[in-house]
Amino acid sequence: MSGLEETSNDLLKVKRDQELDADADEELEDDFLVDSTRYLFYRERKEWADLEPVPQDDGPNPVVKIAYSEKFSDVFDYFRALLKTDERSERALALTAEAIELNAANYTVWHYRRVLLQSLSKDLREEMRYITDIIEEQPKNYQVWHHRRMVVEWLNDPSKELDFIADILSQDAKNYHAWQHRQWVIQEYKLWDNELEFVETLLEEDVRNNSAWNQRHFVISQTTGFSDPVVVEREIQYCLNQIKKAPHNESAWNYLKGMLQDRGLSTQPGLLERVQELKETHCSPYLLAFLFDCYEDALENSTEEEQKGTLEMALEICQLLAEEKDTIRREYWRFLGRSLKKKYGNFVEPTADAQEPPASVPGHQESS
Amino acid sequence: MLDKHADYIAAYGSKKDDYEYTLSEYLRMSGIYWGLTVMDLMGHLPRMNRNEIIDFIKACQHECGGISASIGHDPHLLYTLSAVQILCLYDSLESIDVDKVVAYIVGLQQEDGSFAGDKWGEIDTRFSFCAVATLALLGKMDKIDVDKAVEFVLSCMNFDGGFGCRPGSESHAGQIYCCTGFLSLTGQLHQVNADLLGWWLCERQLSSGGLNGRPEKLPDVCYSWWVLASLKIIGRIDWIDKAKLRRFILACQDDEMGGFADRPGDVVSCRDCIVDNIFLLCVITVCLPLLLLPLRWIRSTHCSESQVSPSWGTTRSSRSTRCCVCLRTSCRGTGCNPTSSAN
Repeated sequence: MSGLEETSNDLLKVKRDQELDADADEELEDDFLVDSTRYLFYRERKEWADLEPVPQDDGPNPVVKIAYSEKFSDVFDYFRALLKTDERSERALALTAEAIELNAANYTVWHYRRVLLQSLSKDLREEMRYITDIIEEQPKNYQVWHHRRMVVEWLNDPSKELDFIADILSQDAKNYHAWQHRQWVIQEYKLWDNELEFVETLLEEDVRNNSAWNQRHFVISQTTGFSDPVVVEREIQYCLNQIKKAPHNESAWNYLKGMLQDRGLSTQPGLLERVQELKETHCSPYLLAFLFDCYEDALENSTEEEQKGTLEMALEICQLLAEEKDTIRREYWRFLGRSLKKKYGNFVEPTADAQEPPASVPGHQESS
Repeated sequence: MLDKHADYIAAYGSKKDDYEYTLSEYLRMSGIYWGLTVMDLMGHLPRMNRNEIIDFIKACQHECGGISASIGHDPHLLYTLSAVQILCLYDSLESIDVDKVVAYIVGLQQEDGSFAGDKWGEIDTRFSFCAVATLALLGKMDKIDVDKAVEFVLSCMNFDGGFGCRPGSESHAGQIYCCTGFLSLTGQLHQVNADLLGWWLCERQLSSGGLNGRPEKLPDVCYSWWVLASLKIIGRIDWIDKAKLRRFILACQDDEMGGFADRPGDVVSCRDCIVDNIFLLCVITVCLPLLLLPLRWIRSTHCSESQVSPSWGTTRSSRSTRCCVCLRTSCRGTGCNPTSSAN
């Protein structure tokens, strides 16, 4: 009995709470619109009374909107008014900040802000602080990053950039915009010195960070280059060490291959053996693919006699990948197998996966 | 269900008092283009208000010849391309000053062959693509320094065979689409290492069947377009497991609420920006035929999260035989042959 009563009391309570919430919402809305200590629309501000707001070209809005969208229209109505007269003033600059907060992707607002910054000879360091705040909130917005670059150029001062970008990358280590900006700063202002160290720190944190691997290639190719055999050996060692820590690492294998492919994978002394050794303990589809690439390269540089064995090994790998280790890309592996056979297979007996009966004995079929 | 999509897009233009409509103003031109593409592919193009759209585009062309995303916004290459694509769909290029558009684009080419997006100078291979795609549609490719433009794009080719936005930038599926599209249009696809790039692209496919945009990132339905189109352009689309990708895309559909999530298991959220929804719908619509799946497989009425930047689309006029992937009229959509020359 008491259980039932409690239940119905609970229900009543819930219902009352809901009604209260509904009432509170209504009141809140009224307050929001009327209470002048909260937010004033531009159309209500005395200091903006001289401007005629310019609504969107398709006419005034007949339907009652939620308060937030009304704020949006209000700000942009006044933005359009400022554009119309090309006003260059502090209040215009302040309004662009509000417009950016509402829609940071509106590139026209950023253009106008730059025009104002120059017209009013604003303190660009203060602008940098503003930009930092915006990027922290919206790190994937194209416009604000480009704006930052422009202001850094105007100031001709990159001193804060590497630390700032490092901070953004600490929140998202693969942020494409951040990496672009970093590459620009480093290249423009020749800040190469500590970058390899920075890359290694990031790779310690996440050895699969493809952006960091790309940066590694960027730094080395623009500084020492990859022709020095000492550099190449160092990089090979680095890659293989990282691969031992995390074998299924597309980026490390891409980097290794990318670094060596122009000079020929098979020409790097001892590399094939090291990879074959790794195969026993740290195998992955990427390792097998790399082995295949080594064999393919070797085929180009071998005698006919040597080619036979190499081709067999290469085709075995294709089959292994297509049928077992990387089946989702079976079409690719089959393509590679066919290409190799076509190029080098004339003198080689059919491999295990192509069982064909001898043509000279008609009707005699071997079962596979 | 296709009718629901058509209704959804047809209604978009009429909700001018919507907050979402206002919010998306800065890329309105591209939103219209994607919407029209979907409508055209579904056979519903006549439902859209052709004259209103053409008038809108006319009002968006500036003195300098460039076209803006919406009235009162600044001109930009991205929206110039979208506008020209729309006018091609409607066979009404004469509505704007074509010579001025060409002059605008020519003016954006830099000394190193790259293209800025607008007068503020952001350089990106996306803009190289926008420039040549627009000029190809206008038949005026000869007005720019094509050799220099090619030189710049090739300088963005990376050690993994992919392309980034500027020299040295990380390979990214979206940028790769722009660069392979660019090289196709300029007759330079032979400069791509198709086997190496094809491998990089098919490596985007994860065991779930979905595609990511770079190594070690999560799959996202929107990458279906950039990766698939790139593979098609370089003639390697068979390297993707199409059946698995189809399953992935369809698994992203939410049968209860409608819409697509960016990957199965994620919640379909009501995006603030309808245009992102339309973009995703456009992606799915153009991808399904590439995956040999008929359009009726789309069950959604809304789409969802997509973190992609606008304006990487295609054009397809029902009256021309221009390939919807590589934009060449010689291709006819039956297979973008990397060895055939650009029109």
